[in-house]
Amino acid sequence: MSILVDKSTRVVVQGVTGKEGTFHALACREYGTKVVAGVTPGKGGILHEGIPVFDTVADAVAKEGANTALVFVPPAFAADAVLEAADAGVRLIVCITEGIPTLDMVRVVRALLGQGTRLIGPNCPGIISPGKAKVGIMPGHIHSPGRIGVVSRSGTLTYEAVGQLTARGIGQSTCVGIGGDPIVGTSFVDALRLFQADPETDAILMIGEIGGTAEEDAAAFVKVHVTKPVIGFICGRTAPPGRRMGHAGAIISGGTGTAAEKMAAMRKAGITVVKSPAEMGQAVARVLPSPPARPGVTRGKASAGAGKSRRRATPPTSQGGARRQGRSTAKSRPR
Amino acid sequence: MKIHEYQAKTILAEFGVPVPRGRVATTASAAGAIAQELGGTVVVKAQIHAGGRGKGGGVTLARSAQEAEQAASQILGMMLKTHQTGPDGQLVKRVLVEEGMAIRQELYLGIVIDRKAGLPVIMASSAGGMEIEEVARTRPEAIVKAHVDPAMGVRGYHTRKLGYGLGLKGDLLKAAGEFVTKLYRAFEAKDCSLAEINPLVITGDGRLLALDAKMSFDDNALARHPDIQALRDLDEESPLEVEASKYNLNYIKLDGTVGCMVNGAGLAMATMDIIKLAGGEPANFLDVGGGASAEQIENAFRILISDTNVRAVFINIFGGILRCDRLAEGVIKAVRALGVRLPIVIRMEGTNVELGQRMLRESGLNFITAQGMKDGAEQAVRAARGA
Repeated sequence: MSILVDKSTRVVVQGVTGKEGTFHALACREYGTKVVAGVTPGKGGILHEGIPVFDTVADAVAKEGANTALVFVPPAFAADAVLEAADAGVRLIVCITEGIPTLDMVRVVRALLGQGTRLIGPNCPGIISPGKAKVGIMPGHIHSPGRIGVVSRSGTLTYEAVGQLTARGIGQSTCVGIGGDPIVGTSFVDALRLFQADPETDAILMIGEIGGTAEEDAAAFVKVHVTKPVIGFICGRTAPPGRRMGHAGAIISGGTGTAAEKMAAMRKAGITVVKSPAEMGQAVARVLPSPPARPGVTRGKASAGAGKSRRRATPPTSQGGARRQGRSTAKSRPR
Repeated sequence: MKIHEYQAKTILAEFGVPVPRGRVATTASAAGAIAQELGGTVVVKAQIHAGGRGKGGGVTLARSAQEAEQAASQILGMMLKTHQTGPDGQLVKRVLVEEGMAIRQELYLGIVIDRKAGLPVIMASSAGGMEIEEVARTRPEAIVKAHVDPAMGVRGYHTRKLGYGLGLKGDLLKAAGEFVTKLYRAFEAKDCSLAEINPLVITGDGRLLALDAKMSFDDNALARHPDIQALRDLDEESPLEVEASKYNLNYIKLDGTVGCMVNGAGLAMATMDIIKLAGGEPANFLDVGGGASAEQIENAFRILISDTNVRAVFINIFGGILRCDRLAEGVIKAVRALGVRLPIVIRMEGTNVELGQRMLRESGLNFITAQGMKDGAEQAVRAARGA
C-alpha cells in the first residue's frame, strides 16, 4: 500500500512554469508520477514541457482529474494557492514553499479544518512512496521500495536517513517530510496514525528537531496507539537556546523545545532513540527481524516479508546485501 | 526580528494601547531636556534588545532633569550585562526617558503563537514583572489563556476570561478588555511573533498602562512590513551573522573550533551534534541552502574563516541530485580564491561522487575526503586538534 501517494496519484503542479516548479515537475514525472497538469494564472492553454497548463486549479481538476496539488508558488502567494487547491476539491496538497508568514499558515490550517483536505508542509521536501510516486523535491534515486515509514521535519537530514536505509538494503513504504515551520498542516501524530494503519509499513523512523512540542505529542500518541516499532532521532542537541536554527520552527524558547526533553519523552514512550545521526539506518535494521540468508536476494526484498514484532531482533551479522541503489542511472542535474 | 522598547511603544501607541509619556534620547543633555519637559519624577531606561536591564543597572529613577541627565550620562555608552546578553554585555546607545508614576499593581500580558493549537494565544497573569516561563514552571495556575482565531479576532468572551482571570472588576475590567483587543490588533496587523507587556501596571489613579513592551516579528512576514524592517538595529546583531544574511546564508556563531558548512537546516544541526559526539565543538551553524551553489560556497567560506576560533572546516553536503564534481569545483575555486589554509574535511553525497573526491585529492589543497558523516566528523575533530 504505502500512505498518501501511490499509482492513483494525479498531480497538478502550482507554479509549474517557474524555475523550481519546472525542474521538479519534470523530476517527479521522470520518477513515474502522473503529473497531469500545471497551474500558472495567465498562462492557461499552453503546453509546458508536455504538461497542460491551466489558469486555475479548478480547471486542472475538471479537465485532467488532478487529485493532488504540489505547490511551488512564492511565499507571498502560497497561502492563496493552498486555499485555491482546497476549494477546487483537491484532497492532498503538498506545499514545498519556504518562507510563508506564520499567520498566513494559521489562517490556512484553520480554513482547511473539516474540509477533508490534507496539507503536507509548508517548507517541506514532500512525499515519496518509492517505486510508486514522488510528489516533492527529494532525489528519487536514493530511495528504494520497502516497508519502513519515514516521517521528518527536515529535508536533507531525511535524505541522509533514507540513504542509510537504502545502503543497508532496507526499503521504504513512504517518506513524508512534514516541514520545518512552526505551523504545518500535518503533524508527526497524523503521519504516525497513517503508518500504523498501513499494512505495508512494518516500522517507523521519526526524525524530529528542537522547537515546539510536536515530538512530545508524537511520543504520547505512540505510547497508546502505535504497536509497530518506532525509531527516533532528534537533531539540535548542541543548538543554543533562543536562536532560530535555519527552520522557522527550530528554536528553543523559554527553555522548552530542547532535544533532551524530546528524547526523554520518546524513550519513555518506548521509542528507540538514537544519539548519532550516523546510526539511524543501523537502529532501524536492529528492530527488524533478520532476513533469511538467501544468496542473491537483497535485504530490501527480504525485509519486505518482515513481521511486525515489537521485540528487538538479532542484529544482522552481515552487510553483504548493502548497496547503493540507482546511482549509476541517476539523473545528473544539479538542484 | 527584535526591536527596542521605545520602538514597540511607538507602534503600540499607534494602535491606541496606553503607554507612558516619554521619548528616546541618544545624548545625556537630550535626556535632561525630555525630563524637563515631562516634569516630576522620570525613569531613564537603557535601550538594548536583551531583557533583564533593570537588574543589570540599566534603569534609573530620576527626580529632576539634572538627575535624569546624570543618569543618562552613566547609562549611555555602558556595556550593559544581563542574563540575556553575552559575557561582554551590549553597548547602550539610546535611553528612553519616561514619566514616573505610582503603581498599584503589576500584571503580565503577552501574545505568542501557540504551535500546538495552531493559533495566537493571549496569556495574562497577575504575577507581573516575573518572566512568564518562570511563572509557567512554578505557578501554572496563575496564567490565564485565551486562543484567538484570526478569522474572528478578539471577542468579548476572550476579554472577560482574561479580565476576570486577573481579578479585575468594573472600569478596570472594561479597560483591560480594550487593552487586550488593541494589543491583539497590533500583533496581527504587524505579523508579530511576540507582543509582551511585562509589567502591565494599574497606576495609583486606576489606569492601565504598558510600563514595558517587547515585540518581535515573524521574519517570513517582514517583506510586507517595510516600516518594521526599517526598525532593525544591526548593532544588536553579530557582525558575521549580519554579513551572512546578506547572502541568504543561515549562519549562527558558536564557540567551538570546527567550522561547519552544510546544506539544509536539519542536516546542519545533526552535523553540529555529531561533531560534539566525536569529541569536538562546532564553531557555528551554517546552512548554505538545498542547492549549495558555487557562489554560496565561496560566501560561506569567507564568513567561516573570519571566525578566528575555527581550526578545521567540515563540509557535509547531501546533494542527492547535486553533482559532486560541480560541488568539488566550487569548493576548490573558493579555497584558492580566498587562500584558505585550514584543513577541510569534505563528505558529500550525490552523483559523480568518486569524480568529485578525485578532483579534491588531486587539487594539491588541504582537503580530506570522508566516507559518511561519522567519519567526516571524526576526521574534522582530529584535524581541529592537530592544527
